[in-house]
Amino acid sequence: MIEETNNPTSADEFLKGIWRENPVFVAVLGMCPALAVTNSAINSLAMGLATTFVLVSSSVLVSLFRKVIPKQVRITAYIIIIATFVTAIDFLLAAFFPVIHKELGAFIALIVVNCLILGRQEAFASKNKVGLAVADALGMSVGFTFALLCIGIIREILGNGSLFNISLFGPNFEPWVIMILPPGGFFALGFLLLFFNWYTEWRKKKNETRDA
Amino acid sequence: MDTNLIWIFVSALLINNFTLTYFLGLCPFLGVSSRLETAFRLGLANIFVMLITAICSYALNTWVLPFAPYLRLISFIIVIASSVQFVEIALKKFSPELFKALGIFLPLITTNCAILGLALFSTNKGYGFVEGIVYALGAGGGVTLALVLLAGIREETRLTNVPKLIEGTAFNLIVAGIISMAFMGFAGLFSA
Repeated sequence: MIEETNNPTSADEFLKGIWRENPVFVAVLGMCPALAVTNSAINSLAMGLATTFVLVSSSVLVSLFRKVIPKQVRITAYIIIIATFVTAIDFLLAAFFPVIHKELGAFIALIVVNCLILGRQEAFASKNKVGLAVADALGMSVGFTFALLCIGIIREILGNGSLFNISLFGPNFEPWVIMILPPGGFFALGFLLLFFNWYTEWRKKKNETRDA
Repeated sequence: MDTNLIWIFVSALLINNFTLTYFLGLCPFLGVSSRLETAFRLGLANIFVMLITAICSYALNTWVLPFAPYLRLISFIIVIASSVQFVEIALKKFSPELFKALGIFLPLITTNCAILGLALFSTNKGYGFVEGIVYALGAGGGVTLALVLLAGIREETRLTNVPKLIEGTAFNLIVAGIISMAFMGFAGLFSA
């Protein structure tokens, strides 16, 4: 899936995560948090930022230690590094933003098993210099946060008639309660993926007719 | 006491189904649900690992974590992963048939979010040993149920004409949404 260019710059590594290899819409990784906490825009943003912190910090560490960690125990080593940072963000959120920490609950701790993070360590950070690893981690995190926000905004507008807790349609709006309940998560992501497929297909067709 | 255990079991199995309401263990749910038989075996492996998890997390909660609460995540993951590995080796030796049926799935689901989720949730709820085991059985059963339902529907749709655009993950997600909606009906089962 990764297009090999001769000299990928940091900017390339950053940009690919946002759109072309978007972790949620294209690679379908990290689904649990993408669906479980996206019932409002603010929760999605908090989850996205927490994941960003963990992904960037563990990429730095893994990239720094990439020559020291023995091949056989690398996955265990990555998991320990990731779990350390997740514990840190868990306590940080509990201390400074107790309301959000309570809303997200166990899902903060579950960042540890987000396949996106382990996947990036194994596929990228363990093979590249720190600068590139940070660019890649930042791009993937922005892509992930963007995807979470998309789902969160759709679900909050439809399910609650508001955005970032600001009411949009006034008191006469009948909210689609189903959208902020679990099934809404499946529907929102399903339809977003459908839209993504359609857009990719449409772009391809447009390019073909232009080339012909 | 007994009704309490039944309540824990039914709640984990149907009302707070791990896959359909907490979105835990979605990767295998979407990835390995194309055939009914594989899905069922993955479900069984899930129940098996969850039982080990319940035992491990009880042990950790009683003897280790009161002294070092910040080690919670790290110790859960490492202890669960290594005990599963250990049981896998034992299984290979003593029950090759069972190993054949569950074998390839065990390492796959060890660090699955449903497994860690189970350990965290049962810790948060303060379950004891028996309650933890019952909770693990219910949760594992729930995951199996969701897997088998989705796999069944996917097998049926293989012969139908699904539009090309929606094929794959988008289709599975929307089907899962409908199953999840149906499961919401179970919320009225107990009014406690």
